Amino acid sequence: MKVLIRNGRIVDPATKRDEVGDLAIAAGRIVGVGRVSADFEPERTIDATGLVVMPGLVDLAVRLREPGHEHEGMLESEMAAAVAGGITSLVCPPDTQPVLDEPGLVQMLKFRAHNLNLARVYPLGALTRGLQGEVLTAMAELTAAGCVGFSQAEVACKDTLVLHRALQYAATFGYTTWLRPNDAWLGNGVAAKGALATRMGLSGVPTIAETIALATIFELVRDTGARVHLCRLSSAAGIELVRRAKSEGLPVTCDVSINNLHLTDVDIGYFDAAMRVTPPLRQQRDRDAIRAGLADGTIDALVSDHTPVDADAKTLPFAEAEPGASGLELLLGLALKWGAQDKVPLERTLATVTSAPVAVIGDALGSLAASAGRLVEGGVADVCVYDPAAHGPVMPAALRSQGKHTPFAGHELPARVRYTLVAGQVAHDASSS
Amino acid sequence: MQRNPQLNKSGELIHLLSIDGLPRAVLHQILDTAGTFLSVNDREVKKVPLLRGKSVFNLFFENSTRTRTTFEIAAKRLSADVINLDIARSSAAKGESLLDTIANLSAMHADMFVVRHSESGAPYLIAQHCAPHVHVVNAGDGRHQHPTQGLLDMYTIRHFKHDFTKLTVAIVGDIVHSRVARSDIHALTTLGVPEIRAVGPKTLVPGDLAAMGVRVCHDMKEGIAGADVIIMLRLQNERMSGAMLPSAAEFFKSYGLTPDKLALAKPDAIVMHPGPINRGVEIDSDVADGKQSVILPQVTFGIAVRMAVMSIIAGNSA
Repeated sequence: MKVLIRNGRIVDPATKRDEVGDLAIAAGRIVGVGRVSADFEPERTIDATGLVVMPGLVDLAVRLREPGHEHEGMLESEMAAAVAGGITSLVCPPDTQPVLDEPGLVQMLKFRAHNLNLARVYPLGALTRGLQGEVLTAMAELTAAGCVGFSQAEVACKDTLVLHRALQYAATFGYTTWLRPNDAWLGNGVAAKGALATRMGLSGVPTIAETIALATIFELVRDTGARVHLCRLSSAAGIELVRRAKSEGLPVTCDVSINNLHLTDVDIGYFDAAMRVTPPLRQQRDRDAIRAGLADGTIDALVSDHTPVDADAKTLPFAEAEPGASGLELLLGLALKWGAQDKVPLERTLATVTSAPVAVIGDALGSLAASAGRLVEGGVADVCVYDPAAHGPVMPAALRSQGKHTPFAGHELPARVRYTLVAGQVAHDASSS
Repeated sequence: MQRNPQLNKSGELIHLLSIDGLPRAVLHQILDTAGTFLSVNDREVKKVPLLRGKSVFNLFFENSTRTRTTFEIAAKRLSADVINLDIARSSAAKGESLLDTIANLSAMHADMFVVRHSESGAPYLIAQHCAPHVHVVNAGDGRHQHPTQGLLDMYTIRHFKHDFTKLTVAIVGDIVHSRVARSDIHALTTLGVPEIRAVGPKTLVPGDLAAMGVRVCHDMKEGIAGADVIIMLRLQNERMSGAMLPSAAEFFKSYGLTPDKLALAKPDAIVMHPGPINRGVEIDSDVADGKQSVILPQVTFGIAVRMAVMSIIAGNSA
């Protein structure tokens, strides 16, 4: 199918393009950016006058809940939510039930996702069998089945010897290990340690839970040379450690979630379980450091940390409520909101959800590494078209995700996704859904 | 931010969930009302008809005999029908969710829930999900609040010391895990106490308590020097071993209230304790049974304070 997106503001951070023009798509690939030759005969024309045309978003932390947690989310609902949010590629962690530690499970997930013809799904394999932190998984086989990296998800690897060997083994083959820095013993609270948690009588996760884990990881990276992606930082002190590690030249990248970018522990209010997320919401100075670190590139990517949670699991006392929030449909709006509030150039704002996350996944994307997250002739036509003037409040009931819990209920978002194209096919059209 | 869920639009108390955020006028209203109920307890017929025909459900998701009994007595003296439910051993054990339990009891036409729960914030969840005419009283939630204990402590202090604005109050012991301490601290700051000290080792008295308006003291002598009121907290058994404290004996040596340590406080200082006391762990028997101890008057005042709370919230509507 030939598609022409006409007269939009084309913004592509990877090629530093920002101009009004046309985008031509044929056979799933971009065949013209900017000026399109007059003899291009589209079967469908999208008028993008007043709209922004950008690469499809790439989200590095999305729980699809399959297999095993289908009561909280299914591929159909969560992938529809992804494309409604302009997301064309997503990475999912291995903490499903069963855990993604066998090639067959990964193949099944990829197969199910592929048949839906919505966003592209890139699973992370478990770093250790069952995420138990004891036995390494068959990383080469899992990679062949489609894994783009290996992760312990939310389960900290307590045994430093195992983690050391896992990084050595991953480094042998050039695989990236994705770790959320959180000390297994210090990191068990339900809110960030601080005056608010103390006042509310909630068990606190101290900042040192993050910095101790980071210090350990950096030592292991120095020793093994392994490439590590640090998932969802939460503290100012943690970001400072990452800044130093990067300036030292260590092969590390990192991301932060929309929750920690916009909220603080004060938002917990009167024990609002929608604010129960991991990592926990920290204080103002941490949020300030997160926002500055994302702007200056210390933090590479912004993620939704999408975790659909069933209503029964959220209507519980705060500490018993299941952590997590739906975020796929809010990622772009919350990125733009941060960019506008902090006067971040649009190019950097959009890079945090396009080219930067693609660089994090790196060579594991295979042939797509050269064209995902950017708009280039000959590249895959994964495109998001949004209306920068359509602002409105977040309405949880209207989310396409099966999980209706979001800490951003009622927050104004500055934009709305109008069209999402994956491999040149219109996967989301706001005017028809 | 949402409106404080324990107050209605006119600022009247409809639930008692926390002392945090309660206006000073509401605190005084409760203490004044409690004063009028004290005499009821001395009458031959110890009843007033304020809650006649109302059903008060004591929902104890965590075991407690003393607090539940005092709530039961208070409700009965207000002529309410009282139903005691030991949820820890019934519905929850069968896997029923908290809100399903509440929905079922609401269908039995409850007018008031008195709730104790092991998780901080559980009474808020109940208050947000029960019918608008139902009132909720927090009888202790996790480490968060125990507001009626805080109020009866204030009643006791006012009874013996009259003016809050000149007092030095020392709270000693396991403050980090104590809902009583949090309620006391909020009440004392609201009532204008100029010096509140939190006394204990760093494992039990973290530095960020200072943000609640207290002076953190890790030295017992410094903590109680010149105090008008000393509130000793119960040390839970599970804190006495492991990484919080090496032993009960060592805690007593450093922070136990003995006659010689008490001598550092003002000569007319009062000694309080929410009970049940651990003799020889946080308090010496000579102090617990001594002239300065007001531990038993606290219990008596507790009934009047709980009557005051229940009658006030039952009289206000959402």
